[in-house]
Amino acid sequence: MAGFNHAPAQHESEDAAIIARNARVGWWLFLAYLAVYVAYCMLVAFRIDVMRAIGWGGVNVAILYGFGLIVSAFVIALFYAWLCRAKPSDGKERS
Amino acid sequence: MIYTPSATAIAVFALFVAVTLGLSFYLGRRTRSAHSYFAAGGQIHWFVNGVAFAGDYLSAASFLGICGMIAFSGYDGFLYSIGYLAGWIVALLVVAEPLKRLGKYTFADALDAKFQSPGIKLAAGISTLVVSLFYLIPQMVGAGALVKPLLGFSHVVGVCLVGAIVMLIVVTAGMVSTTYVQFLKGSLLVVFSAVLTVLILNRGLQTQDASQPPRVAQSFDSALVLPNEGTAWEGRPYVRTRDPETNAVIVWRESEWGGWGRSQQAQPPAEAQTRPNAQEGSSSSTSAQGSLGAALRSDPSHPNALATIYYQSQTITTTADGKKLANGLPQGLGEGETDLFPVGTIVELAGDRDATGPLGPFSFLREMQQSTVLLWVEDKEKIRGVDGAVTTIYYPNPTSGADVMTPGQYFSGLRQEGVWYKLNFLSLMLALFLGTASLPHILIRYYTVKDQAAARKSTVVGIGSIGFFYVLTLYIGLGAMTSGALDVTNSNMAAPLLARSFGELLFAIISAIAFTTVLGTVAGLIVAASGAVVHDLLSGFLRLELNDHTKVRIGRIAAVCVGLVAIVLGILFEKMNVSFLVGWAFSVAAGANMPSLAMLLFWKGTTRQGIIAGILVGMISSLGWILLSADTFKDVYGLSPDAAWVPFSQPGIVTIPLGFATVWLVSLMTNEKHDS
Repeated sequence: MAGFNHAPAQHESEDAAIIARNARVGWWLFLAYLAVYVAYCMLVAFRIDVMRAIGWGGVNVAILYGFGLIVSAFVIALFYAWLCRAKPSDGKERS
Repeated sequence: MIYTPSATAIAVFALFVAVTLGLSFYLGRRTRSAHSYFAAGGQIHWFVNGVAFAGDYLSAASFLGICGMIAFSGYDGFLYSIGYLAGWIVALLVVAEPLKRLGKYTFADALDAKFQSPGIKLAAGISTLVVSLFYLIPQMVGAGALVKPLLGFSHVVGVCLVGAIVMLIVVTAGMVSTTYVQFLKGSLLVVFSAVLTVLILNRGLQTQDASQPPRVAQSFDSALVLPNEGTAWEGRPYVRTRDPETNAVIVWRESEWGGWGRSQQAQPPAEAQTRPNAQEGSSSSTSAQGSLGAALRSDPSHPNALATIYYQSQTITTTADGKKLANGLPQGLGEGETDLFPVGTIVELAGDRDATGPLGPFSFLREMQQSTVLLWVEDKEKIRGVDGAVTTIYYPNPTSGADVMTPGQYFSGLRQEGVWYKLNFLSLMLALFLGTASLPHILIRYYTVKDQAAARKSTVVGIGSIGFFYVLTLYIGLGAMTSGALDVTNSNMAAPLLARSFGELLFAIISAIAFTTVLGTVAGLIVAASGAVVHDLLSGFLRLELNDHTKVRIGRIAAVCVGLVAIVLGILFEKMNVSFLVGWAFSVAAGANMPSLAMLLFWKGTTRQGIIAGILVGMISSLGWILLSADTFKDVYGLSPDAAWVPFSQPGIVTIPLGFATVWLVSLMTNEKHDS
């Protein structure tokens, strides 16, 4: 069983400033997405009439908001990966 | 329903499975002979790993469960898509990098990196076992649902088949082979789901063929009506008639007229009509029947309009000696037998059209909103005869598209007053949000790439692939809802049956991809569970000195045991929607693992005792809550949901904060001890 024949993955050494910067960026983006996600859940739970309303393209808000959450997750992921590329000190790419 | 397999479907299916297994064995052997896990991990490209994330994550729950739930209940299945994907944001932005920096292999290793505690190993190992088992149940149920229409096997045979194949895989599977196989499966699943969606849009929407069941009735020939008085049917909203030709018993559900959506265009009331019907199980014998569409288009405000109409329903009866009857006759395809008819139709389109023609992605959704769809509902109150027979009734429920496309059809409490319903829903969404980053077999994948940048990039690729697939689930689910191909008894078969409506080849390919995805996920989970037994419990907690040979031998025994338990559970939970079951797995994972993981990563005051207590309290409280919930009482124990001990079914909103509070409190208490 190959799954047992492994060594631990490698410890990475990384600039503490980069780690802190990435964590900070990650937290802010996480909080932004969390706010949109919580708003969605609250609307579904307590204001279904809003979700039922017809929005852009003749499609209701529930569908548009749902698609928006999926697309925005991808956009945030791309944005995060892009922000984490440059070193905070000299701006050079590291990956 | 009874399914007859086709040679094409079996051949394509066998080819896919053989190639997958061959690839798995080949790569597995190479891994064992040439590389250790660590060397292989460092070599996997971030893009491959990203798509493999999709292969790992898009299991039976996503493809079968979500599509099935959307097909039977509309938008509510899509809530799972949204929650599952949102969980990746937590994984990427909060957990991935710190976890990767800890540089360990298993979830227990990561938790234990700071303390080197046997107690943490024990708690995390048990948690991994429990979560893996909960996650295995829906995979096995999904496998049974796939094999049934494809190969014609029963659910039990399907589940056993998967269990047997997986135990074979586990003997040779390693992370490298799993990664490449998951990469292929993830790619194929997303690509063929896109193909299926294009076909759905190209076909557009059509109204129900008037010759197809179900039919509606206005009155009945009294000579053919079976008496309800003095039977278990007394007081129930059903009329039963005997078909003189087939001798089948047709059950009709009484319904108030006009209780569902209809077009604005009023027409004269439909005349009573009697049509010959080629479908077995439907009747032409009652005195006044018509097609549902014709009845729907009649004007309820007309003076001659009906106050009550009757919908043709379907029944499955299990006799005291275990025989199955469909609509009162033995279930089968032979002489004197009958079977349930497929369902899933639109009864009315906007503008009184019969078909829309090809549609775009948005016009498809718009047309759905303006239509009236025939959903099918299982009557939860079964008919229990004095002879020991138990009858389940499925009845049609015409529903406006606007309702179908709005939350609250499955989670019906969302449209009612009452705080418990709302809390139940919020609890589910919280568990889905935090559950992804708590799943041991997902966390492992962060160690298969070389560094944190690669981990980030592979997660972005994973989110892109998974997100794209989840958008497609809405179209596939709605396509299945209107395909006329659904099996009313099992929502999990919706996606493969939809594919079958486009031809045997696509059906075989889609089913084979889904089946191999189930195989891969089950194999990964069993490896994770048996790894927890060997690595965390025996080596970590009991401190047993085991050589590699012994580890492999015990691991195999553990894998077989876990596999057998999964088979039994897969058989027991056949009727439950797999996405709903995965919701439970997410709840247990989020309750048991997330508090300890998050506190360890972000609070320096976390102690060894705090982590152990957090895991145990989160896990036990989540499990206890689920076992005492109304859904378990109803669907597992067969008891009245009113007898449940907890006010709502989803535990996350209680047990996740409880887990955090436990880690915090116990850490504070144990820190003080050390200080003094």
